[in-house]
Amino acid sequence: MRLNGRHKIIPYLFIAPWIVGFLGLTAFPAGSSLFMSTFDWSVVGNRKFVGLGNYTKMFGDNVFYLAMANTAKYALILVPLSIILSLGLALLLMSNVRGIGFFKTAFYVPTLLTGVALAIVWGWVLSDRGVLNFFIETLGGKQVHWLTDPRAALWGVVLTTFFGQGAQMLIFLSALKNVPSELYDAAKIDGAGPARRFSRITLPMIGPAITFNTIISLIAAFQEITVVLNLTGGGPDKATYFYSLFVYENAFVRGNLGYASANAWVMLVAVLGLSVMFIRLSRRWSYYEV
Amino acid sequence: MPTKAMPGKWSPAQGTATRAVPASGMPSVRRRATRTRTKGTPSRPMPTKKALRRSGLYVTLTGVALVLLFPFYWTLVSSLKPAAEQARFPPTFWPGHLQWTNFLDAWTSQPFTQYLLNSLFVTTMSVLGVTVSSALVAYGFARYEFRGKNVMFVVLLATMIIPWNVLVVPLYMEYSFLGWINTYLPLIMPSFLGVPFYIYLLTQFLRSIPRDFEEAARLDGANHFQIFYWIFLPMMRPQLVLTGILYMLIVWNDFLGPLVFLNDTTKFTLPVGLSFFKSSQLIDTTSMLAISVVMIVPPLVAFFFGQRYILGNDAQSGVKG
Repeated sequence: MRLNGRHKIIPYLFIAPWIVGFLGLTAFPAGSSLFMSTFDWSVVGNRKFVGLGNYTKMFGDNVFYLAMANTAKYALILVPLSIILSLGLALLLMSNVRGIGFFKTAFYVPTLLTGVALAIVWGWVLSDRGVLNFFIETLGGKQVHWLTDPRAALWGVVLTTFFGQGAQMLIFLSALKNVPSELYDAAKIDGAGPARRFSRITLPMIGPAITFNTIISLIAAFQEITVVLNLTGGGPDKATYFYSLFVYENAFVRGNLGYASANAWVMLVAVLGLSVMFIRLSRRWSYYEV
Repeated sequence: MPTKAMPGKWSPAQGTATRAVPASGMPSVRRRATRTRTKGTPSRPMPTKKALRRSGLYVTLTGVALVLLFPFYWTLVSSLKPAAEQARFPPTFWPGHLQWTNFLDAWTSQPFTQYLLNSLFVTTMSVLGVTVSSALVAYGFARYEFRGKNVMFVVLLATMIIPWNVLVVPLYMEYSFLGWINTYLPLIMPSFLGVPFYIYLLTQFLRSIPRDFEEAARLDGANHFQIFYWIFLPMMRPQLVLTGILYMLIVWNDFLGPLVFLNDTTKFTLPVGLSFFKSSQLIDTTSMLAISVVMIVPPLVAFFFGQRYILGNDAQSGVKG
């Protein structure tokens, strides 16, 4: 609706809550954080302008590299796996069989288990004498110390956060339902087999959904902290010491607010850069209508 | 909605004129299709092959569902086992004795009744806040033309990518300046200022409604707020329920917010209390699992009530990519 005169204010009244929230809870804090990142700013008094000092300090900080590497490893494993799982589930749900609604519910429900409860539940499943090791031993494998072996712990966190893909699954399902079936019919007439139809029609047509889900799960992977805090505490031997935990501890445990702000900004730039890169890449192989 | 065939899986709807048959009508069509298959394309599979494929599909679906749901079952069963059975390896998959008192023991080991009340309060207020504020903001963006609208909407979308880490330290200082630390305000108040993801969700829906609604109401003398309240708000019901449920899941499970902004143990919420078990001297697995079970119940209940809004079985709702 277009308005004139004194009525011009009306739309601003409707969006006023967001404007207040944006200024007070996003713009101002983000600006402050950028400002603080140029200071040696500790909780107890001491504030000194250091310019880019906090950023250059990171390059000499081994823990920074470790946290970055752990997070990158985690994201590199989890993001593709979660895309494959959620797309696989969505494809299964596309089949026209009776009772598919039941399976849709069953596939979504694991998403409801998150946060601390998720970490507790999987801490129990993954424990040395836990049920997963029972299954592994039954199948003839050797016990895996999921939470105490530095080589396995990252996979333990991946397994824990892997099941709750309901939201991504629904996004894929809705994208798959929007692929015009005429395309498949035409390809069939041209003699394209199922694999070819999937790679040449399905994948490009749901390209935007793949991009969206990848970015969302990438951001989630970088922000992962609740599960590691409650599952491994960042250990063993810092094997699951993720970047978010690094920032959190610098701020709230070591009280190094300036350094933590710089850490957080590096993370924002990294996430933003990766997202933009992925969007660019995806334009090559996905189909955009606009 | 026309049923669309899945690539790579043969179905009678594929490549035939029966594509638009609704799912409920499928079985009869299928049976007929198998009898008269001579007329179809040569690549059409044999009936037995098709039955095999269908049962294979059911086996796959069931198997996947069992794997995905197993942690739920395992948590419930483990929380009900007596201590001796709990420690046994190999584990028992059906407890010999269901020890319901485990829940009572877990519940009384910490002030969980207090935590529950705190969690319920924070969650209820936040859900109320997010639905009211996001509806208002989305309405403003979707139904009006005004200066700066497009820029502001892009900014709104962009803020979704900003990690919590960037904001938390200044936010803490801000709340501390306002005297809000150790109160529920930092947990509740932001939801009253509109949450970008839900604003976006609601805006997408509101844009799809024709202009005639406002125009008719204007002629009847309704003011701007009345149009919103009496006409658009009722139409947004499915999306608002979806918003409320999705946000409830987040707030109910929020751990960092209460951890950072609250100090008094009496003010803690359930996730913080649950996490307390881990840091306490005696790690009591059974109690932790029992509380986890309790924590999953409200999200499950909310999900089953709002299922059709979340899973999008309802024609005009659901999360759209």
